[in-house]
Formats: sequence, structure tokens, C-alpha cells
Amino acid sequence: MIFQLILIFIMIILAVAAVVFKDLINAVVACAAVSLITSILFYFLQAPDVAMAEAAIGAGLTTAIFIIAIRRTERHEKEK
Amino acid sequence: MRTRKIVSIIILLIIAGGFMITFSQIPFGKDKINVANYYISRGIEETGAVNIVTSVVLNYRGFDTLGEVTVLFIAAIGLGAVLFVEKRVQKHTSDNKEDKAKRASLILRTGSNLLFPLILLFGAYIFIHGHLTPGGGFQGGAVVASGFLLIYLAFPKQSINKKSSSVAESLGGLIFIGIGLLGLIFSGYFLSNFLPKGIPNTLFSAGIIPIIYIAVGFKVGFDLTGIIDDLLGRSK
Repeated sequence: MIFQLILIFIMIILAVAAVVFKDLINAVVACAAVSLITSILFYFLQAPDVAMAEAAIGAGLTTAIFIIAIRRTERHEKEK
Repeated sequence: MRTRKIVSIIILLIIAGGFMITFSQIPFGKDKINVANYYISRGIEETGAVNIVTSVVLNYRGFDTLGEVTVLFIAAIGLGAVLFVEKRVQKHTSDNKEDKAKRASLILRTGSNLLFPLILLFGAYIFIHGHLTPGGGFQGGAVVASGFLLIYLAFPKQSINKKSSSVAESLGGLIFIGIGLLGLIFSGYFLSNFLPKGIPNTLFSAGIIPIIYIAVGFKVGFDLTGIIDDLLGRSK
């Protein structure tokens, strides 16, 4: 139970970090970490099917697609 | 500017209040609703699939799964349609870029060579055993696609054979709908489980569920691979 609370806490920090980061690659990696922790939490909540989908799609493929998109556009967020 | 911020905070508070009222009404973890109890007590007996999630996804709610597969297919088609135009425009300028594309490091190349067949095998295992162990067509297909992604990263000049991958993808969709229609012919409603259920916990059980999951696995796997291929813009 405490382990899950720690994971949720880390997840919130990473989610905030994903918004704050100006380097978009860092933000995408933070998003991937959020997905990975979500999938671990799904596993603890006895939903292994959803955990597998989240780990493969959320943490794996989505990250790759985002990184490809960033490589084609701009890496750093511009100041207004 | 300030009024805009105040208005947005008020709207956020209203949304948060709505969520809190809604979630306080739901008895999380206390009692399962009737439908869930029915699936848990009768699922194995009625569908033959030991994995209850699979029995819900492909048997009780098979039509929804067909919709999900269709949504993914449309997304892949849309992406291909959008990126196809850009590819044609860029064709003249991309000659220099291909020369610049360097080879990936030795570690990445060797590692992907070793891991690629194992990842494909694992993906196939997940969608073939969808009715026995956690996972299924979507998960297995995503694992297969991530294997292809690894190859794309390690060998920038390689690309899948677009023709055979689209044949596999279309066959997956056709088998899904064809089996649904066969169910309509043999027992009266779309996607009914008309094959013998067999003994639970064995590979050849649960009637049409393994066949449909294999079709979904191929379809999802090659849909996602096609999306990656379109994004990297390297298909021939």
C-alpha cells in the first residue's frame, strides 16, 4: 500500500514536470514514465490486461511517435 | 486578462465539484454491479475462455471491439493519407538526406537482431493465448509493432514490405467480420460463438475467441507498424 502511494506521488511529480519542462524530449520522457507507473499501478490493482496495453502503447509506441514528431518539428518550447 | 483567469478558475472549480459529487456516488471496491457478477460467475461456462476480460471483450462485447479495431484502422488510413502528400512534395529534396542517414551503433544493431524474433514470438504468444492468460489481440499487436519499431531505429534504411503488411492487415479485418457473419448464419446473431467451446484451460478452447484474437493481433500490429512507417516516411 505504501509502495503504491509512493508511486502515485512520483507520478504526480512527473506529470507536473512534463508540463513545466521546456525541452520537449524531456517532457515526452516524463510522460512515458507516467504511463509506465500507471501500468505498474494497474498491475497492483489486478488488471494485468490493461497494464500490458498501457505499457506497450502508452510507454512504448506513443513515446516513439512523439519523439519522431519532435524530431520533425522543434525541440524547444519558445518563450512568448 | 485577469477576468479571464478568474473565469477559468471558477469553471475549473465547477468541474472539480462535479467530479467529486459523481465519484462520491460510485461505491468503488465495495460491491460489484450485477453485470460484473454475471460475467464472473457464468463467463467461463458460457464462453469457454478462462480469462474473463477476454470473454467480455470478444464475446459479450464483441461488437464494441470491432468498432475499436475500425477506429484504429481509420486513424492509420488518415495518417497515411495526410503524410502521403507531403512525401511526394519532399521526394526531390530527400536524396541528400538519405546519404546523411548514418548507421546506428553496433550495440543497437546487434541487440535488435537478437531481440527482434523474440519480441515477435512474445507478441504472437500474447495474442494466441489471449483466452488463457492476460493480454490479447491489442496488447500482442502493440508488442509486435514495438519490435518493428526497434528494427526501424536500428536499421534506418530498411523498411517493411508495404504490400504484404497491408494484405495481412486487411486479412485480419476480413477474418473478424467474416467470422461475425458466419455466426449470423449458424446461430442467428452477429459474432455469436458457434464453434465448440472445448475444455477450458486448453489452447484449443473458447470457440471463435482465439481465431478472432489472432486476426485482431495481426491487424493491430500491422496498423501500428504502418503508422510508424508513415511517420518516418520511408516506405517504398
